Amino acid sequence: MDALLLSFKLAACVSAILMIVGTPVAYWLAYSNWRGKFLLESAVALPLVLPPTVLGFYALIAMGPRGLLGKLWIALFGHGLAFTFAGLVFASVLYSFPFAVQPLIASFEGVDRKLLHASAVLGAGNLRTFWRVILPLSLPGVVTAVVLSFAHTLGEFGVVLMVGGNLAGITRTVSIDIYDHVQSLEYGEANRMALVLLAISFGVLGLVYAVNRRVWMPWASK
Amino acid sequence: MGVEVKPAMLTAQIRKELPSAGALSFVLDVDMEVSAGITILFGPSGAGKSTLLDCLAGLTRPDAGRIAAGGDTLFDSASGIDFPPQERHIAYVFQTLALFPHLSVEENVSYGLLDLPAPERDRQVAEILGAFRVEKLKKQKPGEISGGEKQRIALARSLVTEPRVLLLDEPLTGLDAELKSSIVDDLRVWNAAKRIPILYVTHSREEVDALGELVIAMENGRVVSAGAPIDVLDAPRRKRLAQAAGFENLLDATVLDLREADGVMRVRLGESASELEVPLGFATAGDRVRLAIRAGDILLATEQPRGLSARNVIAGRITSLEQRGTIVVARVDCGVAFLAHVTPGAVRSLDLTQGRRVWLVLKTHSCHVVD
Repeated sequence: MDALLLSFKLAACVSAILMIVGTPVAYWLAYSNWRGKFLLESAVALPLVLPPTVLGFYALIAMGPRGLLGKLWIALFGHGLAFTFAGLVFASVLYSFPFAVQPLIASFEGVDRKLLHASAVLGAGNLRTFWRVILPLSLPGVVTAVVLSFAHTLGEFGVVLMVGGNLAGITRTVSIDIYDHVQSLEYGEANRMALVLLAISFGVLGLVYAVNRRVWMPWASK
Repeated sequence: MGVEVKPAMLTAQIRKELPSAGALSFVLDVDMEVSAGITILFGPSGAGKSTLLDCLAGLTRPDAGRIAAGGDTLFDSASGIDFPPQERHIAYVFQTLALFPHLSVEENVSYGLLDLPAPERDRQVAEILGAFRVEKLKKQKPGEISGGEKQRIALARSLVTEPRVLLLDEPLTGLDAELKSSIVDDLRVWNAAKRIPILYVTHSREEVDALGELVIAMENGRVVSAGAPIDVLDAPRRKRLAQAAGFENLLDATVLDLREADGVMRVRLGESASELEVPLGFATAGDRVRLAIRAGDILLATEQPRGLSARNVIAGRITSLEQRGTIVVARVDCGVAFLAHVTPGAVRSLDLTQGRRVWLVLKTHSCHVVD
């Protein structure tokens, strides 16, 4: 059960960080007219097509004692970043980035531009327009982003294995745990964990689809 | 809020080139002055009216020019001044109204006052909701109220911010005439006290007649005329404007002879034998001209009339009658087809039917020569 709890803790941290980091990125990608925007869009989508081992490999190099991030971390905290929970969070944030940012972009772009113009001529700056108009009207996209990045982090395997290793209570997440059980031919234990993950994933996707039909949006057209 | 001491005047010289799908790009090139009160910006769709409003509000940046309101320069390409929409104090009611769907009526209206202390904000919101007679709806969401109410709320939301200019982009389309005039009356009452320039965009001739104030006519990105509606729209010099202004009859004609002493000329309609006497235009005998005649300016008679001051009586036959609301559109074949408006009562009392022989009566000055 330690593994399950660890996975939830990891997923919660990653979703929270992704909302903070991903929202400005998504805002910029949704509204910028910069010509080179496609470069950042490609970079954001990269984890969707890259093998987790490739991403994990580079994350590991960056976090290692000779990597830029690793050096910085050692200078700040006196120990390395690889094979720690924080390192796991960092790699997972990269890995789940598109799952948070893409639903946010889609929902920001979906907000009627006339409403943004109306907000501007009524005197509201970009920040107020974001908090009062864009964010409330993008709520389904925000819920989707949180849920998808949470679920995706919960199920990750390759990246965790590369940068976290397999330290019980620190980096042994549920997907690694299942793998371990199978390796040790403990099929009953593996099945128990796998079922929990399957049920959670289904529940989470059900939530995403329900929200996107706006079943709980009080102002949806009747 | 301060009382206007500066002249409440909007002036704009704007040039903006817009890329368009065709080979020709669209150029907005406008020089205008709008004083306090309602001014109608009239023109066919695609004339550049909405682009002009976007430039005034600061939502679109002109390539060159200058915009000033109430004595302050809001945009000047020469000196690099370009205030963002937030700092222009120009209110803008969009065609789609753009009410915030997730906020209540009260929250929508108070949106522009968020920097005021709450009690003052509430007082102003209550006051404007009262002035536009929608105070009962304050807790409702825009999705729950009718079209006319939404339009009142969009106006209230803009006006509560005490703007120095109000831009209205076809705000009352889709409303019936009675509701429209009641909203416009509320707007007039409000503006009687504030005296700000209001630029009212429409492509509907009916609305121009209903508002009956100054008109600026636009076509193809340019101001083609400005003045009282009767001067701007009743003497159309351009065909597209004539159509937009509700001249149902646009006829090709050939000039037969000029009678300069009488200020008239005789023309033959198309290839037909029908002749008309029309006001003298810049034409000589043999020229082709185009006439614009309003269907409502044509009289119908079932016998050949005599002893009239009207100079033009032409015989024809009714080919169809079609009722549209409270008017009947009669199509009459006189060698060329004319459209004439009559009332349902006239149709009954004259026993107008399809195929009936009739005479059209047209005053010389109801026939406008369009270049």
